[in-house]
Amino acid sequence: MKALYEQNQSDVNEAKSGGRSDLIPTIKFRHCSLLRNRRCTVAYLYDRLLRIRALRWEYGSVLPNALRFHMAAEEMEWFNNYKRSLATYMRSLGGDEGLDITQDMKPPKSLYIEVRCLKDYGEFEVDDGTSVLLKKNSQHFLPRWKCEQLIRQGVLEHILS
Amino acid sequence: MSEAYFRVESGALGPEENFLSLDDILMSHEKLPVRTETAMPRLGAFFLERSAGAETDNAVPQGFALLPRLECSGVIWLTAALTSQAPEILPPQPPMWLVLQGSKLELPLWLAKGLFDNKRRILSVELPKIYQEGWRTVFSADPNVVDLHKMGPHFYGFGSQLLHFDSPENADISQSLLQTFIGRFRRIMDSSQNAYNEDTSALVARLDEMERGLFQTGQKGLNDFQCWEKGQASQITASNLVQNYKKRKFTDMED
Repeated sequence: MKALYEQNQSDVNEAKSGGRSDLIPTIKFRHCSLLRNRRCTVAYLYDRLLRIRALRWEYGSVLPNALRFHMAAEEMEWFNNYKRSLATYMRSLGGDEGLDITQDMKPPKSLYIEVRCLKDYGEFEVDDGTSVLLKKNSQHFLPRWKCEQLIRQGVLEHILS
Repeated sequence: MSEAYFRVESGALGPEENFLSLDDILMSHEKLPVRTETAMPRLGAFFLERSAGAETDNAVPQGFALLPRLECSGVIWLTAALTSQAPEILPPQPPMWLVLQGSKLELPLWLAKGLFDNKRRILSVELPKIYQEGWRTVFSADPNVVDLHKMGPHFYGFGSQLLHFDSPENADISQSLLQTFIGRFRRIMDSSQNAYNEDTSALVARLDEMERGLFQTGQKGLNDFQCWEKGQASQITASNLVQNYKKRKFTDMED
C-alpha cells in the first residue's frame, strides 16, 4: 500500500505543479485500490471481533489456552473490556445480586437434570458440599445451574428421559 | 437457536453496499466490461492481456501479474492469518506505458464504481450479457430453468448495484430482476421447507448466493421446528462453535 501511496503522491504533485490534468484518472485508480485494501482489512478484523464476542457467550469467562494463543494482544484487551461491561450490566439487573443472563439460554423445565460425562474432568463440587467425580460415561443427577456451563463446553451431556 | 455469532449482512439489494459485509466485498469483486473514455497514463502495465485496444508496448515481463495481485489483495488479506506475510504490491516497471482512449477492459465492480462519474469522463460502462435484452427475454419466459449460479454467483446483488451506472435500460433491468426472483421464489421456499435430513446439493446447485441464503434460513427454520417437536427444545447442548473448535487441531501451541 505504501508503494501505491507514494506513486500517487508524486503524481499529484506533478499534476498540480506541471499542470498535467490527464494524470487524474491514474490518481483516482490508485486511490480506489487503496480504499479497497483498507475496506478488506477492516472487514476482516471486524469479523474476528464478532467471533470473539460470540466466544464470551459460548465459553464463559475463561477461554482455553489454545484460543487465547490465536488472538492478538489488542483483541485480548477488547475481550476483557467486553467481559467487564457485560459483568457490570448483569450486576445492575434484578435486585441485589444481579442476574446472570448467560445462563438458561433455553427455557428450563426442571431444577435438577440428568447428565452424562463425556470426558474426564475431575472433582466437581455441588452447593451443599458433596463433590462428584466426573469420569467418562458416569451419570449424575445435578442442579441445572451448576452444569449448564459444563454442558455448553462439551464436558457433560444432557440426557432427556 | 441460541446463536451468538451474528455476521454483518449484505446490503447489496438496497441502495448501498455495507462497508463491513464480507458478502458485499466478494460480490463487488466480480468483473464488468468497461470502455475507457480518456487515456490513463502510467497504468498500461496493469492491463496488458485484458484489453482489446492497443498498448504502446507489447514486450513486457511480469507486468500483467501485477493487476491480479492488486485486485486479489483484498481476497488474499481476507484469507491469510494476521501473522503471516502480506503479499507485496510492487509498482509496475517501467511506469511509462499508458492505456489508450477507447480500449475495452474488464474491471471489478469496486473499481468501476470508483472511477465512474455522471459526465463519463473516465469510463463508460457496458452491461454484462446476462443483464441485456436477450437474457432478459429468457428470464421472462421461464425463470426456473436458468442456472443462476453459473451466471455469476451474485446475480441479484450485482444487478442491483449495476443500477448505479445510469444506463438507459435501468428500468427494464430492475423489472427483470424482480420478476426473475418472483418466479423462482416459490420453488426455493418449497424445497427448503420439505427437505429434512437429506442431501440438498442438487436443489441448491442452480441458485445464486442470495437464494442460497434464503434456502439455508428455510432449512434452519425446519430443523428448529423438528427439534421442538421431538422435545429437544429444552435440551442444553454444546454450541456449534465449541464443537468446531474441538475438531480443529491446533498445531502450533508451543511458541
